[in-house]
Formats: sequence, C-alpha cells, structure tokens
Amino acid sequence: MMTLKVNGKDHQVDADADTPLLYVLRDDLKLNAAKFGCGLGQCGSCTVIVDGKAVLSCVTPMVLLEGKQVTTLEGLGSNSAPAPIQRAFMEEQAAQCGYCIAGMMMRAQALLQRTPKPTDEQIRGELVLHLCRCGTHMRIIRAVKRAARLMDTAALTPASEGSAR
Amino acid sequence: MNAPVILDRRRVLAGGGALIVSFSLTGAFAQDQGAPPTAPKPPGSLATSPYLDSWIRIDADNTVTVFTGKAELGQGFKTAFQQIAAEELDVAFDSLKLVTADTKLTANEGYTAGSNSMHNSGVAIQNAAAQVRALLVAEAAKRLDVTADSLRTENGSVIAQDGRRMSYGDLVASDMLHVQAQPTSRLKDPATFKVMGQPIPRVDIPAKVTGGMAYVQDLRPPGMVHARVVRPPSYGAKLTDCDTDAVEKMRGVVKVVRDGNFLAVVADKEFQAVKAMQALAAAARWQEIARLPKQNDLPAALMALPARDTTIFQHSDTSVRGSKTIEATYTRPYQAHGSIGPSCAVSQFIDGAMTVWSHTQGVYPDRAAIAEMLRIPPASIRLIHVEGSGCYGHNGADDAAADAALIARALAGRPVRVQWMREQEHAWEPFGPAMVTKLKGSLDDGGRIADWHFEVWSNTHSMRPGGAGAMLAAQHMAESIKPPEPKPLPLPEGGGDRNAIPIYKFPNARVVHHFIPDMPVRISAMRALGAYHNVFSIESFMDELALLAGADPVEFRLKHLDDARSRDVIEKAAQEFGWRKGQQAPSDRGFGFAFARYKNLAAYCAVASEVEVNRETGRARLVRAVAAVDSGQVVSPDGLTNQIEGAIIQSTSWTLYEAVTFDDTRITSIDWQTYPILRFDAVPDRIDVHIINRPGQPFLGSGETGQGPAAASLANAIANATGKRLRNLPLTRKRIKDAIDA
Amino acid sequence: MRKSGIIGGVLAVLLLGGGGAFFAIAWHPAIAAIDPPPRQSFDASLVKRGRELAALGNCANCHTVRGGKNFAGDLAVPTPFGPVYSSNITPDAATGIGRWSEEAFRRAMRSGVDREGRHLYPTFPYDHFTNVSDEDDRALYAFLMTREPIHSQARENQLAFPLNQRVVVAGWKLLFLHRDGFQADLARSVEWNRGAYLVEGLAHCGACHTPRNALGAERSTASFAGGDVDNWHAYPINTQSPAPVPWDADALYAYLREGFHPDHGTARGPMAEVASNLSAVPASDVHAIASYMADVFGKPSPVRKLQGETALAQAKLATATPPDSQGAKIYAGACAGCHESGRPPPYGGIHLGLSTAINANDPRNLANIMLSGVRSIEGERSPIMPGFAAVMNDREVAALLAYLRSRFSAQPAWNDLEKTVAEARRTQTAYIQNSAGPANAPADPAQRDKP
Repeated sequence: MMTLKVNGKDHQVDADADTPLLYVLRDDLKLNAAKFGCGLGQCGSCTVIVDGKAVLSCVTPMVLLEGKQVTTLEGLGSNSAPAPIQRAFMEEQAAQCGYCIAGMMMRAQALLQRTPKPTDEQIRGELVLHLCRCGTHMRIIRAVKRAARLMDTAALTPASEGSAR
Repeated sequence: MNAPVILDRRRVLAGGGALIVSFSLTGAFAQDQGAPPTAPKPPGSLATSPYLDSWIRIDADNTVTVFTGKAELGQGFKTAFQQIAAEELDVAFDSLKLVTADTKLTANEGYTAGSNSMHNSGVAIQNAAAQVRALLVAEAAKRLDVTADSLRTENGSVIAQDGRRMSYGDLVASDMLHVQAQPTSRLKDPATFKVMGQPIPRVDIPAKVTGGMAYVQDLRPPGMVHARVVRPPSYGAKLTDCDTDAVEKMRGVVKVVRDGNFLAVVADKEFQAVKAMQALAAAARWQEIARLPKQNDLPAALMALPARDTTIFQHSDTSVRGSKTIEATYTRPYQAHGSIGPSCAVSQFIDGAMTVWSHTQGVYPDRAAIAEMLRIPPASIRLIHVEGSGCYGHNGADDAAADAALIARALAGRPVRVQWMREQEHAWEPFGPAMVTKLKGSLDDGGRIADWHFEVWSNTHSMRPGGAGAMLAAQHMAESIKPPEPKPLPLPEGGGDRNAIPIYKFPNARVVHHFIPDMPVRISAMRALGAYHNVFSIESFMDELALLAGADPVEFRLKHLDDARSRDVIEKAAQEFGWRKGQQAPSDRGFGFAFARYKNLAAYCAVASEVEVNRETGRARLVRAVAAVDSGQVVSPDGLTNQIEGAIIQSTSWTLYEAVTFDDTRITSIDWQTYPILRFDAVPDRIDVHIINRPGQPFLGSGETGQGPAAASLANAIANATGKRLRNLPLTRKRIKDAIDA
Repeated sequence: MRKSGIIGGVLAVLLLGGGGAFFAIAWHPAIAAIDPPPRQSFDASLVKRGRELAALGNCANCHTVRGGKNFAGDLAVPTPFGPVYSSNITPDAATGIGRWSEEAFRRAMRSGVDREGRHLYPTFPYDHFTNVSDEDDRALYAFLMTREPIHSQARENQLAFPLNQRVVVAGWKLLFLHRDGFQADLARSVEWNRGAYLVEGLAHCGACHTPRNALGAERSTASFAGGDVDNWHAYPINTQSPAPVPWDADALYAYLREGFHPDHGTARGPMAEVASNLSAVPASDVHAIASYMADVFGKPSPVRKLQGETALAQAKLATATPPDSQGAKIYAGACAGCHESGRPPPYGGIHLGLSTAINANDPRNLANIMLSGVRSIEGERSPIMPGFAAVMNDREVAALLAYLRSRFSAQPAWNDLEKTVAEARRTQTAYIQNSAGPANAPADPAQRDKP
C-alpha cells in the first residue's frame, strides 16, 4: 500500500512499485482523462502533471511518486467550473475524436505555468511529444494561445488557476 | 416552393398511398443505389427503417429522443444530427437526447462509413423530424379545432394564433409515431434555419476536456476483469505449444483462455493482465507460415498477382487526336489507420445474453459476425456503440469486440474488458491496400487533353461485412471460420476504383480496374479508400500534362471541366490562395493545386498548397494550405471546417511519411518509432478552409473529401519547388533528396 | 578570463620568441576577391563528389543552426574560452565565401587562414582538414560554391582578450598545426589507408574523441583516448574503449552506416549526426573508416574477448533479481520494460549489460540520455525513448545511475553523481533546443519483432 496524492487528495493505493501511474489513475482511482495510447512513452496521451511538470504516466512507475503531487485534467476544473485551459479548448472546439486532447492539455498547462506567454515555436516544441491522428493540430495551437490569454486575465483575479498544489 | 403538407392521420395509419404535394429532395433520389422502386421510398435510411418512432421518440414529459443507427467517430455527428432534429422538430437543441448505434434501440444503418452518414441518417432524421412535427401539428389542429395552417411550432410546443399551446408531450399518443414515413416531407426553408448551418458547440467535447466518461476505454462496469490477447507473431501462425501453468499462478490471474490459436489471459487488475500477457507470450511457441511480398518490390509483386480486369469507363471520339503523349506510374504502399487509442471492447455474457460495448463502425454487422462466431442467435447479442479514438475506417475495433465476446463466453457472468496493445493495433489492423496506377495521356495541338488512359491495380478496399471470418478471433479459434472471399465494392462508390473515373471531360478516355483478390497482407477500408491514391494519381498527372502544355495548372483544369460546382470550388481555392497564372514561388518553395469530387458524387474539395523544400536534406514541409469545399447544405460549418483541416493534415502525414513495413514473415512497423506520423514540428503555418454553402441542396459526405486533393496538391508543390516529379508514395525526405541530387 | 589571460600570454611569448618562424606563420596576404562563379561552371560529378566529402566532413552540422538556412553558419560552438560562431560558407558575396577563389578555400582548409589573410580559430578543425588532398578540396569547393547563397552575417565571437586577437592563433598553429599532409603507409592495405586519410582528415574523429591540452589542442600522445563535446563524453575509441563487447570492423561499419548495432546500442547525442551523414556517402568510404578504426581499437586480448562473450550471453538471459534498493525499484518500473523486452536495438532498448555508457569512466552520457531521452526524428523511423527529467529529481537519477553501474558493469562506482546530474540537466536543455538534429535516422533493417 502506498499513499498517492492526486488532485489535492490522498489515496491509499494497493499497487506494486513497478505499476505505471497510468493504470493506477484509470483503474484504481477511476479517472478518465489520462489515456492509454501506446504505453511506450511515444504518443503523450497519458500525460499528467507531477510536481508542476508534465510527465508521461504510462512510463512512470509508482516508486517515483512517493511524496509527489499528481495533477490530472480532472483536477484543473470541471464542466461547471472549467479551468482556462478547458475553456479555451471548448471555445476553440479543439477536438475531433478527442482522444489525444487530455494529454495535450496537461502538457500545455505545464508549459503555461512556467511560460505564461509562449511563442508558437515554444508551443510546437512542447507538443512535439504528442500525437494527434485526426489532424486537429491547428486548433490545438490556437487553444493553447487562447488559454494563455485567459490565464493572463485570470491572473488579475485573486484565485489563480492551475498551479500545482 | 413550399406547398402545405396535410398529413391525415387516419390515412397515414392506414398506410394510405396518397401522394402529398411537398418540397422534395430530388438529390436524395438521384443518389439511391440499385433499381428504382415500384412505389417511391422515403429518403435516406427511412427507406429501410420507415417507422418514424425508430428515429424520434417523444415522452409524455416532453422529452424528445432522437435515434440514429450511425456512430459518433469524432466527426461531430451527434451534434450535427441534433441540429437537424432540433431544426425540423422545433425543439430546443439542448433539450434533445440523442441515442447512437445500438442494436437494441436504433435502426440498422449498416456502417458509419463512406461519408454516407449525412446522406443516410441525416436525411432520415431530417425527414422523420419534419414528418413528426407535421403529425403533431395535425393532432393539435384536431384537438384545438383549428386549421393546421394557423398553428406554429416553437420550443417543443404547438401554438395557436390565440395563444393556446400544447406541448409535444401532451399531444403524442401511445402509437402515434409508429407510422411509416412518407416518401416526401415538407422541410424547412433554409433561409429560416436557426440551428442548422449555425456554429453550435459540439455536445461531446465538454466531457472530453474535463475527464468525463466519453470512450469505451472509460467503461468500468462492476466486477469487470481485464483481458489481454496474445496474438500470433504473423499471419497464419499456429500455436504449437504453450505451458500456461506458470501464468495461471501469477498474481491476479483469473483465467487463461486458449482456443486453437487464440490465446488470452484475464486478470483482476489491468497491469496484472499486462504482465501475464508478457509471460504468456514468452511461453507460447508458434509455427510461422506467412510469406509476405518483398517490400522493396511491392508494386511488381502486386501486379504479378492474378487480377480480374474491368473497363469501368470508356468514351471515344475518333475525330480528336493527340499529338504529344506522356505516361506515368504512381504507387502507394500499405498504410495504417494508426488510431491513437488501440482498440478496446467490453463484453458480458449472462444467462445466454451477450452485451458488447464496442467502437465498431457497424453494430448490426458486427453483431451478426459475433453471433456467427459463437454460434448463437443474433437476437441474443446486444451490440452498443461507444466512442473510441478516431478509427478512419476498418481498424481493430471489430476484432477487439470479437475478442471480448469470445473471452466473455469463457467467463460467464463477468464483464470482460479487452484492450489491445499498441504493437497489436499496428501489426494486426487491416491496412489501407497498396495500389498501382498507370496513366497515359495525350494533348492535341490546342493544348487540350485528347486522350486519357487510366489503369488501377488494387485489392478490395473492404472486408466488411465479412461475417465472422473477417475477424481474427474467429480465424484463430479452434473451430475457425475462414475469411470471406474478397469482393470489389460496386460503382458508383467503388473501392480500388473509387474516383478512378475522372470528373474531367475528355474526348477519349478509358479507365480499367484490375481487381486483385489475393491479399498477402491484411487489408480493409481506410478513409477515402481508393480515392486517396486515384486522386493523387489523376491530379498529379493533370499537372504533368499541364506542364507539357505550358499551361497554368488551375486554368488547365478549368478548361476540361464544365460542372459548375466543381469550377466554383476550384476558383474559390485559387482565389483565396492568391494563385496567379505564371507565378513564381520563392527559391526554396513551390505551389501546388489539386481538386476532386469525392466518389464523383459526394463533396467537392480543392486544395492549394505552398510547400518548402530544403534542398540539402530533402525535407518537405507544408507551409500553408487553402481549401474550398462544397458539401451541399451545411449543417455544422465548424464541424465541416474541422474535417477538412484534419483531412489535410492527415493526408500530409500519409503522403510524406507513411508506409507499413514488413520482412518476409512479419509486420515490422509496430509502434510510433517504426511507423512515424506527423508531429507538431511539421505542422503548417496555416490552413484556411472556405465553405461554399448550398442551402437546400442535399447533404454531401465530407469526411473523406480532402485527403486525395491534399496529397496531390503537396506532390504538385514539391514538383514545382524542385523541378522533379515524385510518383511513389510516400514522398519521403530521402526520396525527395535523391530526386534533387539525381 | 584568467585562464584565457594565461593562455594568451603563453601564446604571445611563443609568437614573439619565434622570430622569423612567427612572421611566416602570423602574416598571410589577402587573396584577391573574385566574382562569385556561376553554378554551371562546376562539373556536376565534381559537385556530387563534393557533396559526399561534405557529408564525411560533417560541414552542415557546424555551419547550420536550427531554424537557419543550410551552411549559413552562426552556430555557437562552446569552447573553454568562450563561444565561437561558425561562419557562413554559402556562396553569398557579402556575408559568405562567394568571393573566395579555390586557392583561398584551399588555404583555409590547409592552413586555417581566410581569404583576407586572417587566422581562423581552430574550432574549425583545420588541424585535421590540412590533410585533405587538393583534389578533394576542389570537389568541396565546387559543392559549396553551388549551394544556395544566403545573406546572413554570423555573430561575432565572444572570446576574452587576448584570445580575441586572431594573431595569437599563429602561435597555436606554430605548436600544433602539422602541415605535412597525409602520408600513406605502404605496408597497409588500400582500404586502411583510405580510412586513415578520411579519419585523420575530413572525418576529424579526433576532434571529439581525443583529449585536448590546456591550449585546446589535441594531445597527440593520447590519440582517440576520449574527449568531450557539448557536455557529452566522446568515448575512447582506442585500446581503452569501455565498450563491454569489443568493436570490430564489421560492427563499426554497421554502426556508422546504420546508426546502431545490437551489441553496442544506438548512435544518439552528437554522434547521431555523424551516423546520419555516413549513411549517405559511398559504402566503401565507411568500410575504410571502419577498417582503420578497428585497427585503432586494436585486436582485443583473449580476456577482453571473453568478457565480451560473457556480456552477450548474460544479455540473453532473463534476470529475476528482486528489487531492493530504490535504484533497483526505479529500474524495474521505468527501464526494464524496454531494456529487457528482448526487442533488439535500435527500436528496443539495449540490454544494459552491453551499454558503453554504463561501463565508461564518465557518467555524463548516461545522465544525459536518462534525463532527455531520445527524441523522434521528423518523419523518419527512429528510436524514441522517454526522458525522465520531469519526473525524477537529481537524487533519484543519481540513485538509478549508481544502481545501473553496480548491476551492469564491473567498474568502480562513479563519484559526485548528483552534481553530474544537475549539470547534465542544465546543459541538455540547451543542447536539445539548439542542435539542428540529424536529418537521417538509423535505417530500418528487416526487424523481426513480435506484434
């Protein structure tokens, strides 16, 4: 048994040290956003944030999560109270099948947390680890830029968004 | 134009054949396949599922549910269908519920494929909704004792001129909607559309961006166990030995399923199943028999196979003669769907009843196939579509459903989840077939095409519906079922010959389809089918002929086209791109143009591209693309734009990078290392999509219209940039470099 | 600053003390500028030969910066004395070498002097290129003069005084530039000699793989004994090679040509570009290089040979050591999945018992790879390894490195691992952001992998 802190809550998880975080999130904690795309660290669909940095959860064994904070897409916001990144993706309709999108959003969120005004090149450089087969790339880039603008205005209000707790 | 429709309820219930004067969809009739019926049939899928309550259900509390036999594949259909129903029914968009492909609940609409959904299901829903509304109005007229003309509908209610209102829920009596649809409906005037044609946010996106339940991969019924299949190493391999003892004793393992060459393991937890699968794979011994063609010589290998030759088009005008002739051969390798989420299915077998949740494109055919495989009546299986990741055709989804059903049967009672591994999806999915085209064309003295000769060699482009034999589980199990005989898809849709007949008008033309039944590599339908390569070939060759004629590529195409809508998209794309006759691209760049009408009867699409080619490395990059699309009456403009943008990017990836690789025995492109696709470092600077809306015109399928033109546009731009013509897909960096260096 | 002061001082003394010799070295006349020659004036087959030679010499990779145009220069080459920016070698008249005659080009290659007579810094490895024959210089010139001219001025070097005075390079040359040219060894085969000519000349392997002295010159008594580039360790490629399996000519050929070898691993980091280039030159040249280098590696002693065979045999066995230390647990969870899968390189992780990185004295390469992984190459079949920088802190990486060292090699433990990791973390970000990356990737052999 180990304690895993996800989205601000502690969970007691019965998983071996070599179990990839992705399976624990999806199967033990029943979280949907992080997806199995390859299990090989090649596609980015499994991306979550650990201690403020984007991480491929399919190749991250539980042993590396001792004492660290995991944030998934569910932890950023909800349908009724969406985070800027979620609003941005909805407003840009940045999805076709949508399977890759949660991973993209987490990578973008981590980027925006440390680089609030990223250039196009920086966005593309970050997202190069992620695959989208439907060809939604243009909208994804627009959505990340939109999120940057939304976070900019949000930062003016006291309740700042999206920081790893 | 809009004469009133009076549907007398008694006559409708009596199945009366009274003709109703109304606005009709002539387009829908024109696109019906097969012999004309003796009595006019209702349009779209209403022809096969004519009862209105197969499509629309209204409950007493005014809840409206719309049913479609089609599946949401990520194209935004749920939203589009909801828009159509909301518009024609006059109910608030948000109040509608939509149920998609479910053998227990929805009509049988075959496969969500071929860009037919709008034409089949969209039309059916549109007409059913219109007719339901008319029935409701007629009922209200009776009850309120007014004429139907004096009533209007709004927000789920019928409203009289004096303000009295009756909700749909109040009006609907028990079997009121259990009537067959009429052949024609009174549809709304497009000029009055409030919902259709408007940018409505997609209904499925909120869940997808907040971690809501959205995919078959998210299903977690209570008591669910996790299964993994151990697939053979190659086609036809036989499992000669497998010591399963050690695996059965592994932590969490519930069962090892071995049925002939079908091998799988089930465990309580998912990672336990993965580890058990790895151990099981290590313990399995296989006898491999596959003989795959020589990858380096694939076109020759294909053309050496026996083929059935059919001239599918011929036109002759001996008065016109060509004086200058050129020939070209174009080739395409096997290409993979490459769905981002490997296939998945959940199945449960309780008391003789099986439920399967799957992202199959066709719940009814898949149910029939699973029933055949398990030798149980189809009625005892319920197949429910739940979204998967984009499938782009026949990927591993049907096979995963069969795997889950087979395993669930061995574990009676417990829900079984089968998740394919990445390597399995890459190696075992049925690929888009390799193709060869040979073209010959000649110009007359006036620089017009006098003679056009086109031959295409290809396997079938669909192994569906294929019954059980089309599914791996059924092929591999002990009492195995043989794969069905491949059949060519009939024209006008076609398979390998899809879009082989040029839309241009040539005085002399001949098109031959060489249908190759032998399939050394597993293939089936992949988005656009033969149209991708055929349009690539035709549109590349048009440019080669234009070059020979010394003509501008856009002008040259217009010279051979009289169809107005084709001309419109071409002119629109060219204009928005800034295409100028005699233009000169900067030194490391090229401009290219291409056009096609998908299947010569679906949506029109023209693409103009600017490409940058690095002469030292051969690297080609799409800098910008401008597309024009005409898909008839537009339901969801943003959905359409999304589809065309996606088509251009997907096609760019296919065209520049993609080829399935294999050695003598096995598929070797088994993950993203060995089958690279486009990443963000190759995304263009911009893509602009210009929609030509045709209000009132039939819906034209648009999910597959961009791929062919995007490919040819790229090839033409690369030729323009480098002065070298490449004809063998994919147009890799190395091929471009070798062509430049030559 | 102080270091450069001392070095500058030493060089200055040498120069002044050299008298006439100094004068001969220090001053060169300008060679008259010419009009940029038209492309058609160069024979196509000569240009083709020049292209191959440029690949052998890896010109594009120093003279092209990420996001920049081919051969337009401006790559910051880090030296212990400050960055030196590569020059524009496109045939642009104003900012490139468009006005250079062939004689001027040859002089630059031979003596490290530009058209105007100024000394070039030996970051441009003319201590190797001096061995290139006239004929090959001619072909290279033809190739470069037929490239796309790009108007782009490379940045000014940032060297501290007095090293920013080019005349001090004359002193360096006096000591370290041997202009005898290549001498064939008639006792050796044609292929060996071809290899020697290429390695000591254009391919300039020693520029990375030979340690340098305080004045930044290769130590001639320690040829191929290991060096650095960009915080990567260029392994010793002589008898001191730390590879668990000894190299031979066949393995070297495959590695250089295809970019990987199942017994050794995949060429990544700065070596990726080299393999990428060598995949495009005549196979005979790569055979020649392999033949010469196999000789430099030396024939392995019987003990070494046995060690190699043992390593190979052990790599085939399934290991079942229960993870006890943190490093062991991390390995089991994050690495074994790919590195013990049985899938051979380049697409499967190499079995770590065969890893040179783990066996080498210097842990930097292993730290680099572990942090940054191996990136996909646009549109090419190539290995992808996830990087663990985001999810592992320095302590965890150090623990893993220590575990791998103890488990997979018989060498003594590394020291100061956390410091090494922190430094690697800092420098790798820069490397990934700035390097233009290899255009080719390992070729795809007919791999037999399980689905």
